[in-house]
Amino acid sequence: MSGTATPTAKAPASTGAATGAGALAGVRTLIRFNLRRDRIRLPVWIVALLLGTITTANSLSDLYPTADQRASAAETLDSPAGLALNGPRHYLDDYNLGSMLSHQMLGFMGVLVALMSVLIITRHTRGEEETGRAELVRSTVVGRHAHLAAAFAVAVLANVALALLLAFGLTSMDIDGIDTGGSLLYGAAHAAIGLTFAAVAAVTAQITEHTRAASGMALAVIGAAYVLRASGDAGGDGAVLSWLSPIGWVQRTYPYVDNRWWPLALCLGLAVGAAALAFVLSTRRDVGAGLRAARLGSPVASHALTRPLGFALRLHRGVLIGFGTGLFLMGGMYGAVLGDAEDLLQDIDQFQEALEEIGGASIVESFASMIMVVLSIAAAVYVVMAALRPRSEETAGRAEPLLATGLSRDRWVGSHLAVALAGGTVVLLLAGLGFGLAGAAATSDGGLVLQLTGAALAYAPALWVTVGVAVALFGWFPKASTAAWVVPVYAFVVGYLGELLRFPDWMNNLSPYGHVPQLPAADMTWTPMVILTAVAAGLIWLGLAGFRRRDLETK
Amino acid sequence: MTKAITVSGLHKSFGRTHALDGLDLDVETGEVHGFLGPNGAGKSTTIRVLLGLLRADSGAARLLGKDPWHQAVELHRRLAYVPGDVELWPNLTGGEAIDLLSRLRGELDKARRDELIERFDLDPTKKGRAYSKGNRQKVAIVAALASDAELLLLDEPTAGLDPLMEVAFQDVIKEAKAAGKTVLLSSHILAQVEKLCDRVSIIRLGKTVQSGTLSELRHLTRTTIEAETERPATGLDGLPGVHDVQTLDGADRVRFAVDGAQLDGAVRKLTDFGIRSLVSHPPTLEELMLRHYGDELAANGHGDAPGNGHSTTSGADGTDGTDGADR
Repeated sequence: MSGTATPTAKAPASTGAATGAGALAGVRTLIRFNLRRDRIRLPVWIVALLLGTITTANSLSDLYPTADQRASAAETLDSPAGLALNGPRHYLDDYNLGSMLSHQMLGFMGVLVALMSVLIITRHTRGEEETGRAELVRSTVVGRHAHLAAAFAVAVLANVALALLLAFGLTSMDIDGIDTGGSLLYGAAHAAIGLTFAAVAAVTAQITEHTRAASGMALAVIGAAYVLRASGDAGGDGAVLSWLSPIGWVQRTYPYVDNRWWPLALCLGLAVGAAALAFVLSTRRDVGAGLRAARLGSPVASHALTRPLGFALRLHRGVLIGFGTGLFLMGGMYGAVLGDAEDLLQDIDQFQEALEEIGGASIVESFASMIMVVLSIAAAVYVVMAALRPRSEETAGRAEPLLATGLSRDRWVGSHLAVALAGGTVVLLLAGLGFGLAGAAATSDGGLVLQLTGAALAYAPALWVTVGVAVALFGWFPKASTAAWVVPVYAFVVGYLGELLRFPDWMNNLSPYGHVPQLPAADMTWTPMVILTAVAAGLIWLGLAGFRRRDLETK
Repeated sequence: MTKAITVSGLHKSFGRTHALDGLDLDVETGEVHGFLGPNGAGKSTTIRVLLGLLRADSGAARLLGKDPWHQAVELHRRLAYVPGDVELWPNLTGGEAIDLLSRLRGELDKARRDELIERFDLDPTKKGRAYSKGNRQKVAIVAALASDAELLLLDEPTAGLDPLMEVAFQDVIKEAKAAGKTVLLSSHILAQVEKLCDRVSIIRLGKTVQSGTLSELRHLTRTTIEAETERPATGLDGLPGVHDVQTLDGADRVRFAVDGAQLDGAVRKLTDFGIRSLVSHPPTLEELMLRHYGDELAANGHGDAPGNGHSTTSGADGTDGTDGADR
């Protein structure tokens, strides 16, 4: 009836609005809105990263006050394991407190800053679309690119704020070797890495319909960047692989050593390129959809799908395959360096002696046991995601119809736990296998395949404890379930910084990963394995008992 | 007749909110029971307690003679549930979700499933995210009705369905009733409840305010009478239970509202004046509902009797508007 009249009447107004602000209409409101939604989250991230850096700088100046002490620290770090874990060798030439901080922390903090930026982008873009809220907002006077641009603006603000606070905070500490110019670059390096991965996440958020998958893909890119630089740095000075990684680029600005700014241009170039790609891709798809059109599926369920375990496996399939492949490749990457590691260290007799004094382990073995810690923590990330799946099903309202059928609560949670426990073990196995296969090829030592796979599997009980913690939280404190992330994060911090900052033993003992025998460098001991398994079983039992007696949370 | 559901004095609070405040509910085996109430009255909470998804703070609830919390799984094999807000798995098709839910409940009757998919005009090959709200609802309805459950708990099952599908839904519920199944139907659609339900319970703020057959409930409220008499009818105002007397068309016609219990006396009085024509409008379910929620309307500025829906508000709503009464 009035259908033809109305658009004609409104056309001039809408054209006016479009020329006024165009594809970015409403972006300022959205930025304010995003900042308001993140008013707690972002300050927590930024303050935590800032305090982490400042505390570390402080501890370093307490623990390594003299040049001699720093030189001996540099000597122990001048090994493939030390370099793979920290950064390029060039820092070691002049190991003052500034270069020490930069060498030890930049790669590690880079991963965390990247993570923060990825989560900002996916939360404000794909997350909004997936829940359908973006549709509501887009129906108002909001331009096509406003959501993505607003998310970027928040990421830029967070990263720039962090960079400035780091530069200011470190300079004001007045530590010898930590000067203003170096601190400015050190802060800027964080922002550069954050913006690079924000742009990467903007691309992955266009590809898939699901927030979880978008974040996962971006995390995989972070992981690949980290492994590339680790493998490159472990090999010594040449380090071609490190030049393929944005984390490698920022480490090669050498803050407090050379203070060269130009590698940051590589980051910015990549960030601008990826961001442009994201904006282009976003115009090629519908709101709420991915780049690939949703396909039709089977009209009936297979028999396996209607069993609780088969169903759980179906839900976990994508993440499990992703992590399995990722960790297999990650292990392979480290394994490939094993050969280089041996060559590099063959020449350094002194180091060989030092190592033999420690425990009679070979270079390869001590490098391998260090890498195992990294691989097991990556597997722990999978395990936490899998063990928290029942919680996300519950809050999404998808547990309710299932638990109204003949499926008991125990069997429902149990099916997810079975996938988490077995899946975590498989992921670990694949990581060890990739490490072992590549390592065996690089060193022509076939025995490494079994040895390294076995060493990786020794971490399985610690993974199960992680599952147990997540389930116990889910059963008794469902709203605090995400606190389960503390386990891998804590293990990472202790495993990574514990030795350097000389954490007391109890801090290491608090983490399940601290109790695992350091295979293959150390001997196998069964007692901790049995105890960890028992603790895991106890926690799972506790969690199930809690879930049995609590209300299901419904929408 | 045995009871399929008995609930008495049910209490449930979430933090400081009292969702259920001593709710009572009785559903006979084989009946379709309407469960009415405004948003937030506690309908969904009650159904979730009956499903053992929520644990009541106090009060008694029995379902098919069993305890819904402790014997939940056993009971779930004998009942089917359609949630008000159906969420599906994004990477599963609707057909897969139907099979999953019905097989987890018991055996799946494939022929029945396919017939229902046909009747509800559902495409079972689409993935969860591709469905509209109404189609997600259909998935849950098909899954619930494809299994041979003896008790159906339906929480506003047709909120997103179009009128054609609404008819299909009413047909399958009538069939379920004919097959001897018990249905608890929470709903906002009064026409649906009037068509399908044997008895209704009206709840408000977590309490049952009225329960019975529709005719019992109608008896408790007012009927509108419009009569043409030979001589002008007088003295009606003085009768007990008669309200809002209006004289129309030069005193030959009269219109008034009368309480159900006093109907007999009022009509008898009219015969004294020689009835030429008589029209009576029984109260609609809307009027029943409005009578119970009258004070809420009053608080919102739509009525004029704070806290006392019975005397004024329902009279105004039930009798003044001719369009309301003609329905």
